[in-house]
Amino acid sequence: MQPFTTVTGPAAPLLRPNIDTDVIIRVERLVGTTKAEMGAHAFEVWRRRADGSEDGDFVLNHPQFRTAPILLAGPNFGCGSSREGAVWALAGAGIRAVIAPSFSDIFANNALQNGLLPVVLPEATIAALAEEVEASPGNARVTVDLDRMVVTAPSGAEHRFVIDPARREALLAGLDDIGLTLRQGEAIGAWQAEDRAARPWVWPMSA
Amino acid sequence: MPRTLLDKLWSLHRIAPAGGGQDLVHIDRILLHDLSGARALTEVAEKGYAIPNPALAFATPDHAVATAPGRTAETFAKGAGGVHALRRGAATHGIRLFDLGEDGQGIVHVMGPELGIVLPGLTVICGDSHTCTNGGLGALAFGVGSSELTHALATQTLRMEKPRAMRVRFEGTFPQGTTAKDAVLAAIGRLGTGAAAGFAVEWAGSAVRALPVEARLTLCNLTIEMGARIGFVAPDEATFAWIAGRDHAPKGAAWDAAVAHWRTLRSDDDAVFDADHVIDAATIAPQVTWGTSPEHVIAVDAPIPDPDAAPDPARRKAWADALAYQGLAPNRPLAGTPVDWVFIGSCTNSRLSDLRDAAAMVRGRRVAEGVTAWVVPGSVRVKRAAEAEGLDAVFREAGFDWREPGCSLCVAANGEAVPAGARCVSTSNRNFVGRQGKGARTHLASPAMAAAAAVAGRIVDIRPMFRGGEF
Ligand code: SF4
Repeated sequence: MQPFTTVTGPAAPLLRPNIDTDVIIRVERLVGTTKAEMGAHAFEVWRRRADGSEDGDFVLNHPQFRTAPILLAGPNFGCGSSREGAVWALAGAGIRAVIAPSFSDIFANNALQNGLLPVVLPEATIAALAEEVEASPGNARVTVDLDRMVVTAPSGAEHRFVIDPARREALLAGLDDIGLTLRQGEAIGAWQAEDRAARPWVWPMSA
Repeated sequence: MPRTLLDKLWSLHRIAPAGGGQDLVHIDRILLHDLSGARALTEVAEKGYAIPNPALAFATPDHAVATAPGRTAETFAKGAGGVHALRRGAATHGIRLFDLGEDGQGIVHVMGPELGIVLPGLTVICGDSHTCTNGGLGALAFGVGSSELTHALATQTLRMEKPRAMRVRFEGTFPQGTTAKDAVLAAIGRLGTGAAAGFAVEWAGSAVRALPVEARLTLCNLTIEMGARIGFVAPDEATFAWIAGRDHAPKGAAWDAAVAHWRTLRSDDDAVFDADHVIDAATIAPQVTWGTSPEHVIAVDAPIPDPDAAPDPARRKAWADALAYQGLAPNRPLAGTPVDWVFIGSCTNSRLSDLRDAAAMVRGRRVAEGVTAWVVPGSVRVKRAAEAEGLDAVFREAGFDWREPGCSLCVAANGEAVPAGARCVSTSNRNFVGRQGKGARTHLASPAMAAAAAVAGRIVDIRPMFRGGEF
């Protein structure tokens, strides 16, 4: 997993509430599409018109936000289906952090497994960030610093956020749950050695 | 402190606390099929993980494979990729695969217990929500998503929160014609599809104790339809007798040690459950679902519910939508409703005892005019055993299709489907909109009830049969 330390860049404002995983990636894209290809389909229902052409009004189609690594969003981001494809699509589209007032639990957990940082800030703070970004077209930069747990606005104002300490440490080191668990390899090995003696029938001699 | 069976199984497998209210739990068996299993093996390869304990994993293709006689992985072309990925992953890591056409292949939740891969007291996972089926042997078994499956393959553990403990007791004796399928459908109907969310359910009581082991697998199979990922029956002498001698079951001294341990796997008499329900077994008649959720279920002789009598506006709408989809009118009995299809199969009801129950209704009769009726045995072992006692001939002579093992019409992910608008009595576990095919109408029932519907050409009450009558 790609470690997350600090990300700086344009922050695309998409302040709608309840952006669901169906909108982030359509269900048809989950079949026969590799994870890497999913980025091209992120938000396609908004990104493209019915005839397949780009909708210039959609924020991620604006020239200054095309490569934005940060998304500013409304409350309950990532609700709906538990599909991990929503995270793969965002990550594939270059998004490293989503800043929202709240997230669906499943989405947030899936995001953390893939090095995508869900940052919770108050709705008013996010609205102010969005205003700043929109008022200075072209060069407004937002920074998400996980090490210091701070979001820096284009004006230089700093907003602190909180995250579970174990989660923060794992993201900084680039460890997903598997990485975290593999760190406990010794405890697992010791447990298994004891179990082989206590319940030998659980352990087949060969496959 | 008295402990529930859940407490015992949990502490037996807890390696360490994992933070955030979670424990790191050892997983004793990982079962892989051609959809989620293939995906997880691909993920393991992409991320470059090792699989440290391949001898604890077993694989078989079942979901997206055709069940027509003579089928291969390519018969259903869209499913072939999953089967190939499963073969590749199993070969790379040295995981035992029970492939198409081989002894042992079958629906994953049928072959696991049948081959002695699943045993009492084991933690068992599979990327499939009906993994709870295996709880019928007293295993702590549950379905997981693709990330969790990958996690378990790479670490032989999962990080998870301990569920709360619920007990549902069936006390007394089930009437003749009432099976484990009817019992669990009735429980879901009374308690609701969300009743057990966040719980592990221990099915208990004198009527459950009296159930044969295969019926306990059926009972546990539908636990997920009540909202719980985990359901189990404490193992007992009947369980041990059923397991003895199976291919992967322990033998000799290991067997004796295992049984001694398994005898400790029961809730203490004074254990306290977070939720406790009692149902009088004698009150349960053969059940049939009328709507599009497993909780939309009634006794076969009861009237179809009226949305106007629903307890709240949300259910009024759900019931009305379900009736519209199913093409049914309220306040009339379900019995007598003409059927077009009958499916006997799925991890719920495709074991030898199920096929015997169904065959008993069919022997000497014919499938009604205009009805398409399929029997899809749950595994190669079940199929062979059924053929050895002539059940295939009973079904074939009556006009049933006798097919190869797989999930088939339970989920219609293999190119086989019930046509739009057709009404199907099915022994499977989900009557969701479109589950058996786009626009297909499903009525869940026991194997005997489904078989009787096939020969009668309509939904019928089988109970008069036991009094020497006809359908
Ligand atoms: S038979 Fe149906 S419920 Fe069972 S594993 Fe297959 S698809 Fe799932």
